[in-house]
Amino acid sequence: MSSEIVFHPGLALIFGGFVLPFLRGTGRNAAAMLIPLVAMALLWQLPEGAGWQVQWLGYDIKPLAIDRLSRLFATIFTLMAFGGALYALGQASRIELPAAFIYAGSAVGVALAGDLITVFVFWELMAAGSTLVIWSAGTRTSYAASLRYVMIHLLGGVILFAGIAGHLAQTGDAAFGRMATDSVSHWLILAGFLINAGAPPLSAWLPDAYPEASWSGTVFLSAFTTKAAVYVLLRGFPGTELLIWVGLFMSFYGIVYALLENDMRRILAYSIVNQVGFMIAGIGIGTEMALNGAAAHAFTHIIYKALLLMSAGAVLRATGRRKCSELGGLFHSMPLTTICGCIGALAISSFPLTSGFVSKPMITLAAMDGHLLTVSLLLGAASAGVFLHAGIKFPWFVFFQKDSGLRPAEPPSSMRWAMVLFALLCIALGVWPEPLYRMLPYPVQYEAYTAAHVVTQLQLLLFSGLAFFLMLGFLKRTPTITLDFDWTWRVLLPALARRVGALISAVQTFLGRVLSGAAQRFSIGVARQRVPQGLLVRTWPTGSMALWLMVVLLGYLVLYYVR
Amino acid sequence: MSSRNHWLDEPRNVKRLWRAFLALLVLTVLAERVVTLHPHFEIESLPAFHAAYGFIACAAMIVVAKILGLLLKRPDTFYRADDE
Repeated sequence: MSSEIVFHPGLALIFGGFVLPFLRGTGRNAAAMLIPLVAMALLWQLPEGAGWQVQWLGYDIKPLAIDRLSRLFATIFTLMAFGGALYALGQASRIELPAAFIYAGSAVGVALAGDLITVFVFWELMAAGSTLVIWSAGTRTSYAASLRYVMIHLLGGVILFAGIAGHLAQTGDAAFGRMATDSVSHWLILAGFLINAGAPPLSAWLPDAYPEASWSGTVFLSAFTTKAAVYVLLRGFPGTELLIWVGLFMSFYGIVYALLENDMRRILAYSIVNQVGFMIAGIGIGTEMALNGAAAHAFTHIIYKALLLMSAGAVLRATGRRKCSELGGLFHSMPLTTICGCIGALAISSFPLTSGFVSKPMITLAAMDGHLLTVSLLLGAASAGVFLHAGIKFPWFVFFQKDSGLRPAEPPSSMRWAMVLFALLCIALGVWPEPLYRMLPYPVQYEAYTAAHVVTQLQLLLFSGLAFFLMLGFLKRTPTITLDFDWTWRVLLPALARRVGALISAVQTFLGRVLSGAAQRFSIGVARQRVPQGLLVRTWPTGSMALWLMVVLLGYLVLYYVR
Repeated sequence: MSSRNHWLDEPRNVKRLWRAFLALLVLTVLAERVVTLHPHFEIESLPAFHAAYGFIACAAMIVVAKILGLLLKRPDTFYRADDE
C-alpha cells in the first residue's frame, strides 16, 4: 500500500513546529527554512488519490487525499510558510514561528483532508495555532485580542462540529464532497466555514485580532484561516447562489471600513475580507471559470497580501507606529520596503503585469459570461474600490503623503529577502501565469492579456486613482476607529451581562429582605413553642401522661361497645 | 539620506508626475478608438464607460464611507479600558 512510502506534508510542518523550540542559532534558522521546503517536496511527490485510508467508528477516514484543488492550496500554504519563516527569522519570540508552523501545517491538513472528520480536527488545530501566534506578540492588547479571537473560532468550531455530526448521522458517509444547502446540518457546516472566511455578521474578528500580532505574526495570520475557508467552500459549496451576495457584501464592507481606518495593518486586515469576498462571490457563481478564478485568486492573494503585510511589518518594527496619521514620507529612508509595498499594492489592485491581473478578472468574466449584469457591475465597482483602499491608500499614507520626519532604516536582510522574493513572485505570476493556470482545478480557457482587457482595466483603475487624489480631503486620517460588529461582544454583551447581573442581585436583595422578615416571624413562632418552657418542649409530669393514657383507653372501650 | 534632496520632494517634479498621470488618463480613453473592446453588456459600449464607472464608483464609496464614519467613528482609545 502506498501509505507506507508517503508522509503527510501537513504533519511534517506540525512536527517541525514541535522540534523548532529546541533548536538554537544557525541550526534553528536552517530548520526553519528547510521544514517548509521538505513539506513542499513531500506534497509534490504525492500521487493523486487517497494516500491514507483508515476505518474509524465505521467511517472511512482519508486523512491524506489529493487532487488538483487540494494540491494547489497545499502548495501555496507551504510556500507561504517558507516566505513567512524567512521573514520571521529575526523574531525574538521563541513561540511564534513554531506556532506558525503548526498553524500552517493544519491548513495543509485541511487542504489534504478527504473526509469531514479530518477537516474538523485540522480546523480546530488551526484555531489553536493561530491563537498562539497572536498571543506570542506578548502585549496586553494582543492577549485580550487572542481571547476574543479564540472565542469566535471555538464558536465556529462548535457550529461546524454540530453540522458534521448531523451530516454523519444522516448520510453515514464521512467523505468531504460537494454538499447542497438542503438540511440543517449542511447549513451549519456552511455557517462554520463562513465564520472562518470572515463573512458577516462575525467578520469583525479578523480586523480585531490580526493587527494585534507581532510584526511577523500578522504575515502568517493573513494567509491560512481565511484561505482554508475558501478552499473548503470551493470543495463543499460551489455554485451556492447565496455566496455571491455574501461575497459582494464582504467586498464592499472591506472597502468602506478600510477607507475609514487609520491603523495601517487594520486597513490591510479589512482588505483581506474584501479580497476573500471576491473569492466567495466566485464560488457562488460556480462555473468552471469562476471556480478557477476563485482558486487562482486565493493563490495570488496569499502572496501579495503577505508582501503588503511584510512591508507594513517592516515599518512597524522600525518605527513602533501603526497609525497612518503618525506615518508618512518613509520612502526617503526605506526605498526597498516602499517599492515592495507598492508592488504588493499594484498586485492587489489587479494592475496589468502583476499577479492580481491574471486571477481576479476570471471571476468578473465568469459573471459576465453568466449574463449576471448586477453582479458584474458590483464586482467592477469593488475592483475599483480595491485600488482605492489598498492600492493607493495604504502606500500613500504610509510611505508618501506629508513627511512625518521619520527616517527609519531598512529592515534586516532576512526580511528584505522575503519581501524581494514575494515581490518577484507577484510580478512573475503576472507576466507568466501559465504555471499557475496549469495547477488550477479545471482546464483554463482564459486569455489574461487581451488589448481590450488591459485598456478597460487601466481605465477603471487609473480613474479610481484620480478619484482618490481629487477627494483626498475626504480621506484625511484622524486618530479614530470605526465601530464594527465586534462592538456587540466587546461592549453590548458585557453591558447586558452587567445589567442582568445587577438585576439578579437587586432581586436577590429584595427577596432576601422580604424572606428574612417572614423567616424571622416564623422562627419567632417556632422558638415560642420550642423554648425550654414552650408548648412542645416543656417537660410533663408522669401523672398527666397516665391520665391521658386512661382517657385514650376509655375512648377505645366506648368505641368497642358502640360497634 | 536627507529629506530635501530626493527628487520626489521637489514640487516641480510632483507637478510633472501629475501631468504624466493626466496624460495617461487621456491615453487610456483614447486607446478605445484603436482597440476593439468586447462589451458583454450594452452599457459597456458607452464611450469611456470603464473610466467613468471607476471614477463614479470610487467617489460614491468615499461618500458612503464618510457618511458611515459620521455615525460610527470613535476615538481610537474607545476600547482601551477593556484591553488593559
